Amino acid sequence: MTALVNAARIFVFGGIMSYRALFHWLTPWILIPSFLVGPIAQILLFAYLGRSAGVASDEFFVIGNALQYAAIPCLFAMGNTIGDERQQKTLGIILSTPAPRVPLFLGRAIPVILNGWLVALFALVVGGLMFSIDVPASAYLPIVLVSLVASFSCTGLGLVGAALALRVRETAVLANVIFGVLLVFCGVNVPLDRLPDWMASVAQWLPLTHGIAAARSLADGASLASVAGEVGKEAAIGVAYVLIGMAMLSYFEWESRRRATLEVF
Amino acid sequence: MTPVGLLRVLALGWWFHLKMLARSAFNGVLQVLWPLFFATIAFLMYGLGRGDRALLYAAIGASVMGVWSAVSTSASGAVQRERWSGTLELLVAAPVPLPAVLLPITTAMATVGLYAMVATLLWGRFLFGIDVSIEHPLLFAASVPVTVLSIGMLGFLLSVTVVRYRSGWALGNAFELPVWLVCGFLVPIGILPDWVRPISWVLAPTWGVRAIRESALGGQPLPDLALCLLLGLVYLAIGVLAAESVLASARRNATLSLS
Repeated sequence: MTALVNAARIFVFGGIMSYRALFHWLTPWILIPSFLVGPIAQILLFAYLGRSAGVASDEFFVIGNALQYAAIPCLFAMGNTIGDERQQKTLGIILSTPAPRVPLFLGRAIPVILNGWLVALFALVVGGLMFSIDVPASAYLPIVLVSLVASFSCTGLGLVGAALALRVRETAVLANVIFGVLLVFCGVNVPLDRLPDWMASVAQWLPLTHGIAAARSLADGASLASVAGEVGKEAAIGVAYVLIGMAMLSYFEWESRRRATLEVF
Repeated sequence: MTPVGLLRVLALGWWFHLKMLARSAFNGVLQVLWPLFFATIAFLMYGLGRGDRALLYAAIGASVMGVWSAVSTSASGAVQRERWSGTLELLVAAPVPLPAVLLPITTAMATVGLYAMVATLLWGRFLFGIDVSIEHPLLFAASVPVTVLSIGMLGFLLSVTVVRYRSGWALGNAFELPVWLVCGFLVPIGILPDWVRPISWVLAPTWGVRAIRESALGGQPLPDLALCLLLGLVYLAIGVLAAESVLASARRNATLSLS
């Protein structure tokens, strides 16, 4: 029972403390341009590009880019929860404790998921108002739910990035590259059926692809039950990335102990 | 300071920072890759909808995106970075005027963007078959450096005007995509709302990318080129005045090393 309570404490309070310690993020000087201006700028760029190229409707770009922008907190904040600890020489102290690793690392993911979710919702609302997107009221709650699932699955990929932060020096560069891959591959701005076949195949295994597809269907009037398959795939991909991320964290932790490279840059 | 000495500081500072930036993973590698993601999407979208002429339009605009990307985030944090490195006080105490120290940094950033420009054109050529033939090679050869220089001067102005903003890089990062949009890099300015056009007129990249397009695709790039250069010089003049004002304030309030 004590072990369970301890694990719960590490999960909840450890996660909150770790997120608060990302003080590089928790300041309006960064939050406003990064989480509020950034997604709107991306929606505007691609919506006008879409109009110019005659590819799809404004709604297509608002939903795609709003959900995809959740990747900024999901990838960067998740990577920084490990990378920053390593750079500030506190990771060794944390890993020398007997704290169970699953609640330790997953606890750090929860605030990140919420952060990504809120960014996506903000972008959906503001982008929708700017372009007068007509979404049935019955779709609001299902889209909110799908956004949460998409943020979860993207944070799973962020956990993989966080694990790589034990080996890679430039976590910001890595997160930017992953963000760019998601932007190109996940059907955010180019419909999947019009991407080259190999890109569309890769997209099936990436987070956000199925979440964005489900949100677009919901906005077009589909019921939540009819997109349950897509939502399920999105959640399953998230779980898979979480498992891969945890396995990588475990392996890199073990290897960094063996080679004494935890704090070597 | 003599004009020769000033030129020497500018040239050596540019070369020194260019070498440092080119070896940085963030400035040297990511700044080449980053615009390629956006260029790829633009090529795919225009390839679906509008045909070869639109693809050419996008290819040239996308190539200049990298120059602005290399400047927007990095220039906004240029002073802050010197402060974190503990070199700002030394630079301010040096007999060289601070603008002569900052201008080569932002110009070197814009020059690094040339890597992205070349990479984007090659990307478009070999992956999407976009063959950009240059109608006026000499004017193209003039348009590119003038655009790079003007964007560097815009970066200089940005670096001194956002110095009071605590995390300037985040603000600069937020300017990246809006400038791509407003300056017509990927989208014709004509389809944007009317109120956006005056904003695009006072931004040198608008005229720079137009000059590059006109010289590549055939047209009259000289007026655009002149406006681009003129705006760059205006940014320089405003930046010098702003730098003096900010520096005087920092000395008076003893806040130079506070972040």
